[in-house]
Amino acid sequence: MKPTRKRPNLSRRAWLATASGTAATGLVMTRWDALKATTPGSAVSSAAVRQVPAASADPTKIPGRFVSEVGRRATGEQPVRLVRTLALSSSSRTPLQDLQGTITPSDLHFERHHAGIPEIAAEEHELLVHGMVERPMVFRMADLRRYPQMSRICFVECSGNGGGAYNRNRMPTTITPQQLDGLLSTSEWAGVMLSTILREVGVRPGASWILAEGGDAAVMSRSVPLEKAMDDAMLAYGQNGEAIRPEQGYPVRLLLPGWEGNAQVKWLRRIEISDRPTMTRDETSRYTDPLKDGTARQFSFVMDAKSLITFPSYPYVLPDRGWWEIEGLAWTGRGRITRVEVSTDGGRSWADAVLQPPVLSKSTVRFRHLWNWDGRETVILSRATDETGYVQPTVHQLWDARGEGTAYHQNHQRAWKIASDGAVTFGLGDLL
Amino acid sequence: MGCAGGAGALLGVVLAACAPDTGGDTGVAGTAGPGSHSEVAFSGSLPDQAPERFGFGAPASADRIALWDIDIKPDGEGLPPGSGSVAEGQRIYELSCLQCHGPTGTEGPNDRLTTAGEWGQWPAGRTVGGYWPYATTLFDYTRKAMPQTTPGTLGDDEVYAVVGYVLHLSGLVPAGAVMDAESLAAIEMPYRDRFVPDDRKGGPEIR
Repeated sequence: MKPTRKRPNLSRRAWLATASGTAATGLVMTRWDALKATTPGSAVSSAAVRQVPAASADPTKIPGRFVSEVGRRATGEQPVRLVRTLALSSSSRTPLQDLQGTITPSDLHFERHHAGIPEIAAEEHELLVHGMVERPMVFRMADLRRYPQMSRICFVECSGNGGGAYNRNRMPTTITPQQLDGLLSTSEWAGVMLSTILREVGVRPGASWILAEGGDAAVMSRSVPLEKAMDDAMLAYGQNGEAIRPEQGYPVRLLLPGWEGNAQVKWLRRIEISDRPTMTRDETSRYTDPLKDGTARQFSFVMDAKSLITFPSYPYVLPDRGWWEIEGLAWTGRGRITRVEVSTDGGRSWADAVLQPPVLSKSTVRFRHLWNWDGRETVILSRATDETGYVQPTVHQLWDARGEGTAYHQNHQRAWKIASDGAVTFGLGDLL
Repeated sequence: MGCAGGAGALLGVVLAACAPDTGGDTGVAGTAGPGSHSEVAFSGSLPDQAPERFGFGAPASADRIALWDIDIKPDGEGLPPGSGSVAEGQRIYELSCLQCHGPTGTEGPNDRLTTAGEWGQWPAGRTVGGYWPYATTLFDYTRKAMPQTTPGTLGDDEVYAVVGYVLHLSGLVPAGAVMDAESLAAIEMPYRDRFVPDDRKGGPEIR
């Protein structure tokens, strides 16, 4: 690992730090002041080989470019998704360590497809709603858009997110937030409440479940309790100000705020109201959690409280001791995050982090914590508390409760080890 | 009670705007500056003047429903007419499935289907015989999603046959078995009763 200065001379703060001496002035350093360890061939360095225009030596002496129909990112800002494999059933991960605030740019929203991304024309798409209803109906997109619209900001997370950090036999160290927990994204979603559509078709007494089915080549389908469908489920067709992206289910997806991503069926084409679950492949063979007592937890929809420090994290390297701002994300599927604590001594003591507005129910919240690093090796962690009083558990608490038979719902506390030379690595293994 | 109050984010709850000079009582400190940050909690309620029905959309005919209503329930509801033998299923398997799942369903490169040599362990991977609670799921999934590069191309008889063969590879039906709506729904998968509902419910207890 050879540290390289990430963005020389572009950050005013970095320039000040260099010119005046960081520790002496008491400047707070952030990720912009850190170095990055490079790992050849990895996604970490892939942005460097992308074709981007060079910055002007003196932009006050060279007229700028013209207006354009569609914008582009700044030359030095080229975050990319991390693609697992180029296969029909695959995923790509959001670059959590490169983002700010809570909204994920739509083109960086994580992906999980089971048979590729279908090409669907909105004008041709139909949603069939039938089963235990008074009036089975077909809705075209133009119909759905005529209903009263609702919008909300919430996260979508794959329940397998972070599963790579649970196995004591292969605990990684050189792993980025993106590799670890990048199956998490947050958007402002717009659409029609599913309860509005269910009111239109008239749900019959005795109904208790719905089946949501996608129009992709896997005909992805999941059963969802009617209670959730009538509560805050949404048929989302808008994402961050534009039409929902094809990778997120264009022209319409099921949105189940706070629940595991797999159940939020994309490219939604059919909803069947029923009195029992269908027991589809993805709610039996997959997305179930074998427990230590020999049972398997099924329909474990809700994503429990979780937090992750995104800086400092691998591959960052802290070049100096002194004041650093730790930052990260916290979220819970059970409502609001009420508290995030940070430990800079391996979990011996904890301090409240600052929650950065907005703090929204079932959304990610960014937290920050000032830390005066003394230059000695240590481990930093975060833990989130939600409004139900649930505190993000340690990995041992989780294993004590469940055993080690499932990679799903691994929401335990994440740790980063800071070496005395400033190199940061994933540090959970040190706590085992 | 400010932004953090009533935070169950229950439908219809509208929260008061945060006091502009404190950033509210959300635990949010003033690092972002004393903005007049206000929040309205998410509400899925329709406006009071909304009609009982809007009348958008079109009635779905029985034929239209039948075209797409292809899912199979765990009691066998939805299983189509037709049948297929294990022997016929082997022929289809070797033609359409072996490439991804291996000669005996254990070799990959894609998902392992069977549990050769692992009986008595649970869960033995997430294989059909070693984990799946319902045989009907295998029909539902195979007909919808397999083969991966040509999904939806197997006829119902072929799906019955290849499902029968995978169940045979898993040691669950004999070589001479014939699968149809009745025989498939009658199969009791070995680990069905191990599946339990989610008992997590928030609060201090870790489950």
